[in-house]
Amino acid sequence: MDYVKLINCMRCGMCLPVCPTYKETFLETASPRGRVALIRKLQEGSLDQSEQLLEYLSLCLDCQACASACPCGVNAGELVADFTCERKSEKGLSFMEELILRKLVPHPDLLESSMMPMRAYQNSGLQKLVRTLGILKMFPRSLQRMEGLLPPLPSTPLRQEILESTPAVGEERGIVGFFLGCVMSLIFSDASRATVKLLSSLGYRVITPKNQVCCGAPNMLGGDLEGLKGGARINIGIFNAFKPDYIITDCGGCGAELKKYSHHIDGEDAAQFSSRVRDISEILSMHCEELLVKLKPVDQIVTYHDPCHIAHCQGIRSEPRKLLKLIPELQYRELDSADACCGSAGTYNIERAEMSDRILQRKLDTLRDSGAELLVTSNPGCLLQLRKGLSEQLPDIKIMHLTELLFTSINQ
Amino acid sequence: MEKSFISGLRKIVGDEYTLTDRESLAVYGYDSTPELESLPEVVLLPKNSAEVSDIMRLCHGAGISVTPRGSGTNLSGGSISTGGVVLQTSRMNRIVEIDEENLTATVEPGVITSVLHREVESRGLFYPPDPGSMNISTIGGNVAENSGGLRGLKYGVTADYVMGLETVLADGELLRTGGKVVKDVAGYSLNPLLVSSEGTLGLFTSITVKLIPKPKGKITMLAHFPAMSDAALAVSAIIAAKVIPATLEFLDRVTIKCVEDYAHVGLPLDVDAVLLIEVDGHPVVIAEEAASVAEICKKYHCSFFQTAKDAAEALKLATARRTALSALARLKPTTILEDATVPRSCIAAMLQVIQNSARKHNVTIGTFGHAGDGNLHPTCLTDERDKDEIARAHAAFAEIFDAAISMGGTITGEHGVGLAKKRYLPKLVGESGIKIMRGIKQAFDPKEILNPGKVF
Repeated sequence: MDYVKLINCMRCGMCLPVCPTYKETFLETASPRGRVALIRKLQEGSLDQSEQLLEYLSLCLDCQACASACPCGVNAGELVADFTCERKSEKGLSFMEELILRKLVPHPDLLESSMMPMRAYQNSGLQKLVRTLGILKMFPRSLQRMEGLLPPLPSTPLRQEILESTPAVGEERGIVGFFLGCVMSLIFSDASRATVKLLSSLGYRVITPKNQVCCGAPNMLGGDLEGLKGGARINIGIFNAFKPDYIITDCGGCGAELKKYSHHIDGEDAAQFSSRVRDISEILSMHCEELLVKLKPVDQIVTYHDPCHIAHCQGIRSEPRKLLKLIPELQYRELDSADACCGSAGTYNIERAEMSDRILQRKLDTLRDSGAELLVTSNPGCLLQLRKGLSEQLPDIKIMHLTELLFTSINQ
Repeated sequence: MEKSFISGLRKIVGDEYTLTDRESLAVYGYDSTPELESLPEVVLLPKNSAEVSDIMRLCHGAGISVTPRGSGTNLSGGSISTGGVVLQTSRMNRIVEIDEENLTATVEPGVITSVLHREVESRGLFYPPDPGSMNISTIGGNVAENSGGLRGLKYGVTADYVMGLETVLADGELLRTGGKVVKDVAGYSLNPLLVSSEGTLGLFTSITVKLIPKPKGKITMLAHFPAMSDAALAVSAIIAAKVIPATLEFLDRVTIKCVEDYAHVGLPLDVDAVLLIEVDGHPVVIAEEAASVAEICKKYHCSFFQTAKDAAEALKLATARRTALSALARLKPTTILEDATVPRSCIAAMLQVIQNSARKHNVTIGTFGHAGDGNLHPTCLTDERDKDEIARAHAAFAEIFDAAISMGGTITGEHGVGLAKKRYLPKLVGESGIKIMRGIKQAFDPKEILNPGKVF
């Protein structure tokens, strides 16, 4: 790791008040400034790679709120992730990591069929039975949490049913590639279907290559940089081949990762790919006037949660708000600490359940205070986490992906 | 430190908040001061005044030193321990009371400054001290350091707002000073002594501050000056015209270039100074004041003047000042931020000294700060790995502090003496000053266990 990146931290502490784990613990070891110091001391040799040190670092959600707050451009979240990657590349992946990250994640077909038992479980009535009888209590806690997080799954993943080329409605103004997020396609297929329809209704031909693979975010989470690069090269080849004007995603996590391909992979191809990537809100907000004509009233109090991967990693904050405010009669309420993490953070809510719950609770408290009837966000991890939280504590607040709401407003 | 002693501390604050692992100690060895680091032996995060008292009683008995720490944003090494206990106040973070009849707020020391701002402002009240670190600094730390901020010129500094303190003394006894009364001449005034004592006289466990009504309106203005001397004259003329702006901030040429390179806010690179001016108060009054400010700036040859039409534009005008530190800090790994302060009338002369010293010692120093109250932030951009450059930076600062003293100013306007400015203090206060301070320290803390080694 580049030592200069570590000593760039001037320890001003501006990252502390925005760090979800510092807010919960007040511990310097659970702060971005502390994490940078730990990695620095490790590199300088005054600390060893102890279990305790790794444990402290693993509390980081990589939400990168610290990067948004840092006056000198240090990204503590990314430094921790890079450190984890470097460590993994020395140590190698575990059997399970190898299985999931190398054998499952890069192959959409396998990934989709791995979800079939879950779908069967939900549809057969078995889920209801299991929940009623409390059988889950007999399983490890992580499994219980996974079960609780999953909403009803769509009957088929979007990737299997979507057209490879969706024609533009009316005159074609351009061609966009649609990057299907794994979780969006598997779980939130309605939102992604809405995304594609919105794009085509604005005059874009939408190409959705079926052979695209996972963006690689799970690999980064597991510290598997090589795995990420493998998938990235496949995606770069597929999308660059048809030279889209933009590569669109409606998943914040994918967007952040795709925009970083050019950091991980040298060369013109990766640079070209990353420069074309846009979050759906970026492209939609370029067409506000056209949307305004189509949008019909939604008489609801609506608020927006900034996904970390959109606000902190991609710097997108005004676009989703601008789009929401276009909808007639919609009363927009700004959420307090809207860009604070919800505690989802990849698999964090399963691996660090206790901390994740505390962070989620803060978010739910602000949601309660907001008076909103509908929560809008635009990242599947946040959708899963907040959906679960709301259903348990605030069942009157509904939750939707941004494109779902826009599509509903147009087509009601 | 003996194990039995640590287990005694554990009994007071609990296992979870008694930190002794190597990793924790390593990250409590620093604060925001560059170059300084020294590890504590144990870190404690007590929850209330009773726990703080118990800790002090135990440490007093064993002669173990205690260094208080809020969020560790000190810029003079004041929260760096020299072994012993680091006592972090963050968990004592309750706003105990906002008294709208007496216009006071009573808080625990770990309350974050900007949290108090938000809370009182939601009730139409105002707590003016706004140090640069207000989003994370604690009120306890602000009181211990007598923090200033951008609004110092018009509204004063932390000391001007402290009305009452509850302080745990070195032996664990509780001292209550002041309260909610505006007038109180019973005995020595101990509050001003405790404010800015940098953790060397006692540990605050409850702080009552004065609140004032929130100003109804604010007008933000920005002016560019081709010549620093004109900018300085304009500052003096604004004050002479009986206008006291809430904010009167400036950036020098080096800082302007850094800000423009980094934030592209449209600053010209051929001017010596940019002034950010804000007047606040009753809308009718501030409209008049803003008109005088505009007139004065034009009279002193500003090359550009803009008045913000709305809040969004005000935010835009303030961007240059707000990003000054970021822009400077990004240039080099190490940023030494100082706070030499001179009488307002000496600002132009002081800036000349800073520029000369930077040139002489071949270091880059950008200066920004509070033109209205003479509190400058000469900021040296360097690299801690370059020992030679660091030595030259310190040589330049030594000259700058000497000049500040000779102009009737001070070595530190708002960061405190701590460890970093210790060697300069005798020059400023003289032998008698140090002797009196030592006497006071003796009276409060004869065993010298409270933040030892700081200030003098």
